[in-house]
Amino acid sequence: MKWLLLSVIVVATVMGDLLQSYEMKRSGEQTVNARGLARLLFMIVSRRHLLLSILCMAISFFAFMALVQIAPLSFAVPASAATFVLETVLAKFVLNEHVGKRRAAGALLVLSGVVLLAR
Amino acid sequence: MAGGDSSALAALSRQQAVGERSQVTKVQTFLLLFAVVLFNAVGNLSLAWGMRHVSEAMTFNPVGYLRAMLNPYVALGIVLLVCWLLSRMTLLSWADLSFVLPLTGMGYILAAVFGKLFLGENVTPAHWSGTILICAGTAMVGSTDQQTGMRRCRAVSGDEQ
Repeated sequence: MKWLLLSVIVVATVMGDLLQSYEMKRSGEQTVNARGLARLLFMIVSRRHLLLSILCMAISFFAFMALVQIAPLSFAVPASAATFVLETVLAKFVLNEHVGKRRAAGALLVLSGVVLLAR
Repeated sequence: MAGGDSSALAALSRQQAVGERSQVTKVQTFLLLFAVVLFNAVGNLSLAWGMRHVSEAMTFNPVGYLRAMLNPYVALGIVLLVCWLLSRMTLLSWADLSFVLPLTGMGYILAAVFGKLFLGENVTPAHWSGTILICAGTAMVGSTDQQTGMRRCRAVSGDEQ
């Protein structure tokens, strides 16, 4: 069950990250004062990609809530880094980005780490 | 001559202003980064602590999740994770994802440390090794070219010749 929940977390997080990064880069630099925060909240409800990213994150979060109930925190948080493996695969085969040796090696390290957590 | 002096002074003050602005932005960026890591680690801990005290098992029924949110530790965890989300979004608008990811990767090690210290979890040597490998892996994945986004921004704004 914990691996199923982890899979839901990974897929939903990757989708949320991609959508959020795309929209935040388009919107330019944000500020952390009250006015900037209000603008950020307004952006969330007015931009389609941000709304979708929030939905993905909500799914990921509910799965995470269920995961920390049945699995140790020291497993749940590091194992969710498996997102990097999926992101690298997506970058290479879906976005047709150039994935360098360093990035591929990093994704393999993360994968090895998740395998070690499974023991 | 006077005009030349004043334009040189103006150029110098512009340079100083740019220098000061970029220094402040760097400090602010690292402060925000620290807040992002802290919100995430403490939020996860509070959420896990609260969920351990919720007797109802989570299923596909959303009512169970809403009931779990009434637990004060779960609620605190959610508030902290919302703060994490907003501060991370702001950080993403200040810096590239490739800069943010490796540094926030420290949260994985903090989760293992908090799990052992506060939740009494048994973290085996294999788990520590796995967590460190994951942290190193995220740093490597994130250490790809950080300038792509900045170059693209400059190119779009017309600064790049």
